[in-house]
Amino acid sequence: MAATNSLRLREILVSIVLVATVAGVVLGIWELIVWKFELPKALLPTPKQCWDAAVLEKLPLFRATLSTGFAAIAGLLVSVVIGYSMAVIFSQSRGLRLALFPYVILLQTVPIVAIAPLLIIWSGYTFRTVVIVTAIVCLFPIVNSVTGGLLSTKQDTNDLFRLYGAGRWKRLLHLQIPSSVNHLMLGIKTSSGLAVIGAIVAEFFVGNGTTYDGLGTLMTGWTALVKTDALVSAVFASALLGVLMFGSVHLISTVCLRRWTQVATGSG
Amino acid sequence: MSESARVSAIHCKSLAIDFPGEIRAVDHVDLTVNAGEIVSLIGPSGCGKTTLLRLMAGLEIPTDGSVSLDPPVVGHAGGIAFVFQQPSLLPWRTTLENVVLPLDLIGRGSRQSRRELASKMLETVGLEHAATRFPSELSGGMKMRVSIARALVTDPHVLLLDEPFAALDDMLRNQLGQLLLELWEKRRFTVVMVTHNIAESVLLSQRIAVMREGTLAKILENPLPQPRNEQLRTTIEFGEFYGHVSHALRGD
Repeated sequence: MAATNSLRLREILVSIVLVATVAGVVLGIWELIVWKFELPKALLPTPKQCWDAAVLEKLPLFRATLSTGFAAIAGLLVSVVIGYSMAVIFSQSRGLRLALFPYVILLQTVPIVAIAPLLIIWSGYTFRTVVIVTAIVCLFPIVNSVTGGLLSTKQDTNDLFRLYGAGRWKRLLHLQIPSSVNHLMLGIKTSSGLAVIGAIVAEFFVGNGTTYDGLGTLMTGWTALVKTDALVSAVFASALLGVLMFGSVHLISTVCLRRWTQVATGSG
Repeated sequence: MSESARVSAIHCKSLAIDFPGEIRAVDHVDLTVNAGEIVSLIGPSGCGKTTLLRLMAGLEIPTDGSVSLDPPVVGHAGGIAFVFQQPSLLPWRTTLENVVLPLDLIGRGSRQSRRELASKMLETVGLEHAATRFPSELSGGMKMRVSIARALVTDPHVLLLDEPFAALDDMLRNQLGQLLLELWEKRRFTVVMVTHNIAESVLLSQRIAVMREGTLAKILENPLPQPRNEQLRTTIEFGEFYGHVSHALRGD
């Protein structure tokens, strides 16, 4: 056990060193391009200038990251609740699945920038609208993944449950729901990145009418002011938010839900 | 209640089943498995052995004929137990929780009594030390032991096994065959086992039903004495009966 932990720790350290090396190389090339082609700050600032802008604008940047983070988490949670419920219904009724699943796909294919203005008309320039847009963006991966998980139980296991007279509810409770946890976490991982994108896109629209202060709003304002260095720092903040959300979901998946997620491949 | 009251005979009367595409998987089979008897079903791949076993378990609905248990297991949920070719354990449940599963599903007894029963069953198959392990932490042989413990935890009248040791190496196969014999000696439940392995069927069963193209081609009475153990494999009688079964399989 101790040897395994030590091996895992070493793997993490190696991974950190590799990621940091790639980041260092990219930042170096970036700095070199700006210096070599003498690019103006408005077109492409250096990493140092972006860092300085981030420090200068730290308060609004922090506040905006927090707002967008809250909206992304809220939207993701709403999509998990709605998505999981829909998947359970789809798994219990083939008719409903055939009738409604195409609409879930439709929701995924309609561009969110086309729906956002409509949602603003219906829901206003509010935090709620950002959450709704985020939930719509996150919904499909969760419904798709969980429905697959609920329906992918093995023939032998199904037979076993039939043999002991397990009805629909016992099957759902003891077999389908536990076997879908791994699929749910995969769906949430996919959606965690999309949640930040959805929240920022919604903020592009919602920020126009109010004092709403998400990253999308900040980006719109800084674009208008050609504050490219601050804009790049906001892009980094949004990327960091996405990574944090993905990492948190991964942590929950491996630590709290290990029984359902780590051992799923060991079916026997 | 006496031990013999907990076992049932199986009567298959003119049992037939068609699958889509007009494929007759089992063609009017008449077979009686006596209470407390071990019968092996052997035959080439696709001859309908597993389908016949599934019909006995009630997992397939016959197109014609009937399967009945005598005495019937009505009112005794878990009266028929089935061991699949793969252990089919739930990966999110521990070994003990997997053995408890049938009792959870049929809702027998309190939570505590179910766990006690499952613990005893794990002891019987020699896995009490692995109660808190997950299936991914068990070897193939251990998983199959758990699967057998899970099948027997409901104290079934009838135990049906579908090539349970096919995926295991020879040593494990022999060990588990021996374990099955020991469990049967203690409880004397009725056993029907599908197998491709002639030696396994000769060692374990009292009768061997040879199947061909969905029909019962021959039933062979096993002359080997009871109780049986691994040493029997080296006897002349074992070799002779092995030869008979082999001939019957070839259709001689």
